[in-house]
Amino acid sequence: MLTIKLAFRNIVGAGLRTWLNVFVLSFAFVAILWIQGLINGQAKQIMNLMIDTELGGGQFWHKDYEPFDPLTLEESHGPVPAALEDLISSKRATPILITSGAIYPDGRVQSALLKGIDPDQVILDIPADILKKDSPVTIPALIGTRMAKQTKLMLGDYVTIRWRDIHGTFDAADIQIARVMNTNSPAIDMGQIWLPLDRMREMMQAPDEATLIVLEKDIQSVPGGSEEWIYRGLDFLLKDVVEIMKTKTASSSILYALLMAMALLAIFDTQVLSIFRRRKEMGTLMALGMTRGGVIKLFTLEGALHGILALIMGAVYGIPLLYLTAVKGLPLPTDAIDQMGIAMPSVLYPSYSLWLIGGTTFLVFITVTVVSFLPTRKIAKLKPTDALRGKLS
Amino acid sequence: MKNNVLIKTENLVKNYPMGGRKFTALNDINLSFNSGEFTGLVGPSGSGKTTLLNIVGALDNPSEGHAVVIGKDTSQLNHRESAQLRNEHLGFIFQTFNLLSVYNVFENVEFPLLLLGMSAEDRKKDVLQALEWVGLSDKVKSRPAQLSGGECQRVAVARAMVKKPKIVLADEPTANLDAANSYNILDMMVSLNKELNSTFLFATHDEKVIKYLRRVITLTDGKVVQDIEKTPEPNNA
Ligand SMILES: Nc1ncnc2c1ncn2[C@@H]1O[C@H](COP(=O)(O)OP(=O)(O)OP(=O)(O)O)[C@@H](O)[C@H]1O
Ligand SMILES: [Mg+2]
Repeated sequence: MLTIKLAFRNIVGAGLRTWLNVFVLSFAFVAILWIQGLINGQAKQIMNLMIDTELGGGQFWHKDYEPFDPLTLEESHGPVPAALEDLISSKRATPILITSGAIYPDGRVQSALLKGIDPDQVILDIPADILKKDSPVTIPALIGTRMAKQTKLMLGDYVTIRWRDIHGTFDAADIQIARVMNTNSPAIDMGQIWLPLDRMREMMQAPDEATLIVLEKDIQSVPGGSEEWIYRGLDFLLKDVVEIMKTKTASSSILYALLMAMALLAIFDTQVLSIFRRRKEMGTLMALGMTRGGVIKLFTLEGALHGILALIMGAVYGIPLLYLTAVKGLPLPTDAIDQMGIAMPSVLYPSYSLWLIGGTTFLVFITVTVVSFLPTRKIAKLKPTDALRGKLS
Repeated sequence: MKNNVLIKTENLVKNYPMGGRKFTALNDINLSFNSGEFTGLVGPSGSGKTTLLNIVGALDNPSEGHAVVIGKDTSQLNHRESAQLRNEHLGFIFQTFNLLSVYNVFENVEFPLLLLGMSAEDRKKDVLQALEWVGLSDKVKSRPAQLSGGECQRVAVARAMVKKPKIVLADEPTANLDAANSYNILDMMVSLNKELNSTFLFATHDEKVIKYLRRVITLTDGKVVQDIEKTPEPNNA
């Protein structure tokens, strides 16, 4: 009790220096929370976005399908398995047929992924219903803004596409751009053309076939896979994103370390300088009857109190700041979104878990205390007479 | 008043290591001090005055021999026990005052009482009384930086006296003060010495202090060369 009272007196008495340290420390504390909250929120949002636009609640892949190898597409399709037919007819799963083809905007050739999707599907957040106004003559196509930019295609444009059917025969047809969609997910946009599934099956001469089947979100029971169709759960499908987020967290922890180092330097500096500047004070305290242990406790507590004050000060301006960004979100420039190459929300909403707040608070407090204690230990070696003379043994 | 022995040194020797050899700062000191003394250690610079004061104050240990302070052999005490001895029975007054700069006058004087674990009420009463002794009742809230040197030393005296210690150790308490302030402080100490029967032990070469002493012990090269009782001749100016 006495030590707390004295430590409090000391740091309040030290005035400006204390408040400067406390501010720097609180700044690091709030910044760490803020950045980590944004990263966590971003990870959550990206995953949700991918689930909504791309992954659904999991997928069945044709055994030969390998998304990063377009050459596999020629083989990787097969009849929809009987086990999934019920799910598909009740719109709780939707098949997607993929092949690689070419597109000839302005007579120049570009390769493109052709993806057939059921216009009536309700699983993915893709405006596929636009592909419904199917006339026997034109094939409607849906592309994203990025693909539109790549190909300079606009709404209503006609363009020739070429592909090979499952027997290896080349064929060509004209499609009309029925919609240019604006999506945050490059994975359903870049280099791709969405076509009505039925037309695509005709084009491929592959009735009832699919490359993959997307399951609805929150699906209760997943039917068993087969040799032909392999189940890919979200664990598998999100593996890459989780990996990216991990490296991101790692690089952000360098930022943390820097922020913490900056803050701790302020404390360490005060504490180390104390040992030199306040030797005489320590000697005086000992002469007045304070034990060495008491002096160490006092100086360590002074440092720890910096931590507590910083937490309080951080709460004063941090809570409104963190709350505001959590509610309003943080808009991202579109350039930044496309540079990432993965699905990115256009407005970031940070997510602060209890674990994050508690952990950071604990970390700040413990490190401040340790950093205060380390130089203070030197006092233990100090003889009162040397301390009084202002000498360090 | 019964004069019992408060401090006794027996064959006390203090060596300091000095470039492989040892330097003898105190050599075979045998002294005893009774309660209520007003005594000074005098002698040239480097003669060992501060060293002896520190050993008596349990801030330092002798190399050989013993210093028995209030019945306790200081070399037998651990850190905690020697801190307790200082806390309960010793008051220090330093040449450079050594006030705690972030505390105000009241808090500085209150400090030893906090260590003693006294109640807030008792502390307040005693601090105000001590400040009255030294005539600083009107500066309770001032910080040391706002005080003159003489006032600082009066705060230091109040801090040393507030717990009515058996022994007050003062190392060159007037060295940073002008003549008027020195006499002022000395008069104050004499009256506190009479009122509380505390033993005052000075280390000094200030003639003004020496005039007030009732016993003068002269050290030279770490040895006691003279130990005389005399009649004090306080300043009447
Ligand atoms: N920690 C130390 N290490 C080595 N030598 C020391 C130490 N402290 C004191 N001495 C030496 O011991 C001798 C006595 O020192 P002390 O401080 O007791 O003298 P003093 O009589 O108080 O002198 P002054 O009047 O100048 O204050 C000096 O020669 C000093 O150099
Ligand atoms: Mg000296």
